[in-house]
Amino acid sequence: MLEEIIIAGFGGQGVMSMGQLIAYAGMLEGKGVSWLPSYGPEQRGGTANCAVVVSDEPVGSPLVTRPSTAIVLNNPSFDKFEPRVRHEGLLIINSSLVVGTSERKDIKVLEIPATDIANDLGNSRVANMILLGAFLELTKLVSTDSIIESLKKVLSSEKHHLIEVNKQALIKGAALVAVGIS
Amino acid sequence: MGKVLMKGNEVIAEAAVHAGCKYFFGYPITPQSELVAYMARRLPEVGGLFLQAESEIAAINMVYGAASTGVRVMTSSSSPGFSLKQEGISYLVGSELPAVICNIVRGGPGLGNIQPAQSDYFQVTKGGGHGDYNLPVLAPASLQEIVELTQEAFDIADRYRTPVILMGDGMLGQMMEPVEFGERSETEQFKKDWATTGTRGDGGPKIITSLELDAESLERRNCNLQQKFALIKENEVRYETYSIDDAEYIMVAFGTTARITMNAINKARQEGVKVGLIRPISLWPFPEEPFIETRDQVKAYISVEMSAGQMIEDVRLAVNGHAPVDFYGRTGGVVPTQEEIYDKIMMVARGVQV
Repeated sequence: MLEEIIIAGFGGQGVMSMGQLIAYAGMLEGKGVSWLPSYGPEQRGGTANCAVVVSDEPVGSPLVTRPSTAIVLNNPSFDKFEPRVRHEGLLIINSSLVVGTSERKDIKVLEIPATDIANDLGNSRVANMILLGAFLELTKLVSTDSIIESLKKVLSSEKHHLIEVNKQALIKGAALVAVGIS
Repeated sequence: MGKVLMKGNEVIAEAAVHAGCKYFFGYPITPQSELVAYMARRLPEVGGLFLQAESEIAAINMVYGAASTGVRVMTSSSSPGFSLKQEGISYLVGSELPAVICNIVRGGPGLGNIQPAQSDYFQVTKGGGHGDYNLPVLAPASLQEIVELTQEAFDIADRYRTPVILMGDGMLGQMMEPVEFGERSETEQFKKDWATTGTRGDGGPKIITSLELDAESLERRNCNLQQKFALIKENEVRYETYSIDDAEYIMVAFGTTARITMNAINKARQEGVKVGLIRPISLWPFPEEPFIETRDQVKAYISVEMSAGQMIEDVRLAVNGHAPVDFYGRTGGVVPTQEEIYDKIMMVARGVQV
């Protein structure tokens, strides 16, 4: 198993922490993981993105150029990474903010209005967790339990009250996939 | 302590603390600022001292002062800041002082940018400052290897009374991977009777200086240094090889570039190309042995670097005309992709553009 993921969006949408949670959870499950942020000036006003590799083996290249999965949270990220998704790969789109749709027939495309659903849940900042829940339901890369466990370690104790809403968002995202939204 | 997920820059700092480093003098610069920030928080916890200097030049000279007293001391920077430290590094070599200097390399020349690069290879391996000198340079490829090599760097520094450079690129500094800080079973003890900590009436004054006005005395000092460099070349070569036993083509890469190259090698192997890797871990002393052992069997070497071609000169010296040496590199902060490296392998091995 080798999953090479790119997560991209505006700074502040939680794309970096999403990637860190996947890496952390993978580590807890004994997998080889790496997390590499884009740290260039493009972060200001453009897209921020991170590359996460999860593997049964120790990770070779931490750099991902042709992702097996791309999760895009805004338009510039869609434009940049949609063409790069590997043949037979997966593209998850936050359709609340992304206007276009993918014309590609060789990849699996999942459109989720994550920002709208997050607002319905009462916290627009968990849109990332809805997308993460959907991704994990589809790929079973790491368990939701491991993600929750990671949240406990990544969040400082005064923010632990946020774990519940994050958990709800993960479950909501997973449920959307289970009922077959496309 | 189990595995933890940390950033490369933080791993360097924590590994240094584990190695007994108590003093850090530095000045922030992207992409290694997390190292400085981590030390600012961490060193007071272990009874050490962190000081943000007014400049990189001040920081390296503070390192000189602290090293003179025999303590384990470190500074770090990234390319433009590292250039500023060169005078001080030359003084450390001349005065035979142990210290660890970290360079998380970014795109140059000049102010350049903050993206990953390896274009300071010449500077670190050929003596970036003035005078006849070399100094050990270690280049980790993973965060776990940082833990091991940071400890090694401090030990080598004390063993030979020399500054040691730990070199990574911006990617290594910024990425996160699981690491484990194991306790060392055996720690080498170093007697530092040269340290200027006061004589307490138990001997003559100790002098740490690189100044020697008499030419013949300075030549003798140089001879001693050269003997020390020869000893380091004999004892401190480090490298790793990957699937070279049957290799017709051998890639040469260090640091994160080696990891990207390994992915390309695996793909080329699936296509039936017999290709392997030599990964220098010590950039100086450069590992000549794996080249001497393979150079009469392989059809070509390919050096892959995040530079316009610097390590390739050492590869050519080690191969010494026995086989062709090819090159693939990207510059200015552009990281070569595994697809590009794969294409290069196929072009050299099959003689065709893929």
